[in-house]
Amino acid sequence: MKKIIITSFTAAVTLLLSCSKKIEEANLQYPLLNPVKADANAGTWKPVLLSAPNEFACAAPIATTSPDYIIQLNEIKSFQNDISAAERDQVNYWGAGAVLRWNEIMRELVARHNIPPYQNPDGTYPVPSANNPLAYPTFPFANPPYASRAYAYLSAAQYDACIAAYYYKQLYNRAAPFTVDANIQTLLPKSTLPSYPSEDAVVMGVSVELLKLLFPGDQDYINQKAEEHKRARLVAGANVRSDLDAGEALGKLVAAKFIARARGDRAGAAVGNATIWAQQEADCVARGELPWKSQESPARPGMLPLFGKVRTWLFDSLTMVTTVRPPAPPSTSSQKFKDELNEIYDFSKNLTREQLRIAHYWADGINTITPPGHWNYIAANDFVNLGFSEARWARNMALLNMSMMDAAVACWDAKYTYYNPRPSQMDPRIKTVTGLPNFPSYISGHSTFSGAASTVLGYIVPSKAQSYTDMAKEASISRMYGAIHYRSDCEMGLVTGNKIGTYAVNRGHTDGAE
Amino acid sequence: MRKKYYHMYKLAAVLIALLSFQNPAAAQTDIDGLLMQKGFFCVGPTAGKSSWKNYWEGTFKRDNANLGTVSTTAYMLMGNYGITDKLNVLFGIPYIKTKASAGQLAGQKGLQDLSLFVKWVAKEKHIGKGHLKGIVIGGWSSPVSGYTPDLLPLSIGLHSKTAMFRLMADYERGNWFTTLSGTYNFRNNVELDRDSYYTTEMHYTSEVKMPDATYFNLRVGYRSSTWIIEAIADKWTTIGGYDISKNNMPFISNKMNATKLGIHIKYDTDFINGLSFVADGFTTVAGRNVGQASGFSGGIFYIFDLGKKQKKSDNKKTADK
Repeated sequence: MKKIIITSFTAAVTLLLSCSKKIEEANLQYPLLNPVKADANAGTWKPVLLSAPNEFACAAPIATTSPDYIIQLNEIKSFQNDISAAERDQVNYWGAGAVLRWNEIMRELVARHNIPPYQNPDGTYPVPSANNPLAYPTFPFANPPYASRAYAYLSAAQYDACIAAYYYKQLYNRAAPFTVDANIQTLLPKSTLPSYPSEDAVVMGVSVELLKLLFPGDQDYINQKAEEHKRARLVAGANVRSDLDAGEALGKLVAAKFIARARGDRAGAAVGNATIWAQQEADCVARGELPWKSQESPARPGMLPLFGKVRTWLFDSLTMVTTVRPPAPPSTSSQKFKDELNEIYDFSKNLTREQLRIAHYWADGINTITPPGHWNYIAANDFVNLGFSEARWARNMALLNMSMMDAAVACWDAKYTYYNPRPSQMDPRIKTVTGLPNFPSYISGHSTFSGAASTVLGYIVPSKAQSYTDMAKEASISRMYGAIHYRSDCEMGLVTGNKIGTYAVNRGHTDGAE
Repeated sequence: MRKKYYHMYKLAAVLIALLSFQNPAAAQTDIDGLLMQKGFFCVGPTAGKSSWKNYWEGTFKRDNANLGTVSTTAYMLMGNYGITDKLNVLFGIPYIKTKASAGQLAGQKGLQDLSLFVKWVAKEKHIGKGHLKGIVIGGWSSPVSGYTPDLLPLSIGLHSKTAMFRLMADYERGNWFTTLSGTYNFRNNVELDRDSYYTTEMHYTSEVKMPDATYFNLRVGYRSSTWIIEAIADKWTTIGGYDISKNNMPFISNKMNATKLGIHIKYDTDFINGLSFVADGFTTVAGRNVGQASGFSGGIFYIFDLGKKQKKSDNKKTADK
């Protein structure tokens, strides 16, 4: 008996100790980038900000027969002489795609910084400062509008940088190192494109500069990633040093143009001030409506009250007001409003497990990549299997993210124009299963982002259009399950988002990439 | 010659279930040095409540006006069966309900985790006038409902399958005793409803790797055939995990540590043979990424003789010198 017991205990413990908890993360399983179509003509595509693909100069490369080039080939050979397992992992990680990985790095930074500041002792709230990013509250508070803007600038800049790089590739037509020297191993699928300037490096160069602007306290991390990226390209035998240097330099030049736009796009003033906050509330009262109030304790000023004034990508500010802005929500004194409020109370009382799952799947609340980031992740998971070139990746992500930033602007415009209260403000019995966002209700941000994203993704991947539409509807209704939005918020959010997505699709029809 | 103690298993740890951002000390552990006699089955319900207003965000102690006081109510059914005098099996299953007194987040409720234990007296020895027991305990717990662990601090549990391995020494001399135990908790990965999350870095999966944890428990007190009165100190330590960042929400794989002090009282009635009452109270004196919870609970137990060979009275009355 004793023996049996001891044996069983020992067996159980051994089993547990050997039990593997290893988790396979989706982003580490991506296949290597291997374009179905090289998109060698991407230098002719229509840029977002560049006046022409050669607006910024890229000097002619040295000849592949020159002694300096031979030295660069030997650098690759010295790296390849003894490739460690870690180096191979790096080659494969970056080999999945430069646009993909730098988008992923930005998502990581967004999630890290997506936490609202803790209050001051007097009950006010400090505002993060870009000039002192590491002091608490650290800069930025990467909330959904901030994140949408960050993704948009990164993607649009990557796209223009690719156009410039592909232009010079065709112009200079310098062969890749593995073509010049048969002794160079290639650890990645062989690109048919000329390798100068490197498309990986141009994406890296432009991304580093944009990330430094948007996440100035994380430069050490950003620079480390850039070094890893460059080394991975050399170890892989995909580029020589001068391919990378030229790409990086070109990327930085393109970045400067986007940074200049970012500094002037009014996002820096989106926090507003006490006078503006009071005015927005007073305007709502003057219309005879009940204004939104912060239900945080202590009361926190609404999130980015002037984000609706930020400069958009796909339409101008007049179009936004006349064409994109949704009509006013049901009056808080109307029967329709009361019915919609009761509907949310019922959800809060009788939520099913499946509805809770949906609320949490799409919650994308604090410390996450935000709803725009979630759609970036959805896009990335699909794009990795579609054999896009770097240029096409950049173009598709730019369309997606420009539409989502414009969705944020239009949504925030509606929120602070109408200043509509949340369900839990109107009925204190309503409790939520997800964090209550600290800004007015109408229209739903998740719905607007999702409406835009699903429209753009359905255009890029027509075979999945219905699936994206279904996802957007689920993301939208998840906010009703969470008991934080009315049906009108969600439905008008989707309509507005779809409308904005169509602007991006129309751009896609004329950008030369179809 | 001393006779062995044949005491009913008691439920000191009921309340641990209620700890805070979730219940470090595994809900329904058998944490004392006593065993049921062969053929006897002790079973009964407990009810308890715990609450906290302050919590530790990492090492920073704070309150949160958007939560107010977070309280947890637990109802639990527990049982203990004596396979032999030295080998017992135990179970526990709690129904838990949480509530925040302020803010907008909805309280959660439901059946939490079923736990099963095997308890075995591996060694016994008389030392002078005292009596020393070495006990080995293996435990397993698993969620019995689809509750979400992703709404801390209001989730009713962490939804992790857990295996526990515990070594215990129980020493008694006269009516006085002390029990010391150490437990290793193996915790399985947890599945969330979302497919990405951030810890100290980004993860693109719905699975969360849970840090294991250790648990030490020290008890000192008085035992007679009618009364058990004991003071308890315990410490739950998460091996690995990470701190809640400033003003962030708690997450299941946080480094949750807690040191608690408590008392446990058990009274075996004289008027109905086999009927007993228990009462517990505890308070948290130190912690990390948990609420500073205090609580109390009470329970009623009855012993059934399933073996039919012995009488219930044996169980109680042999507990003497």
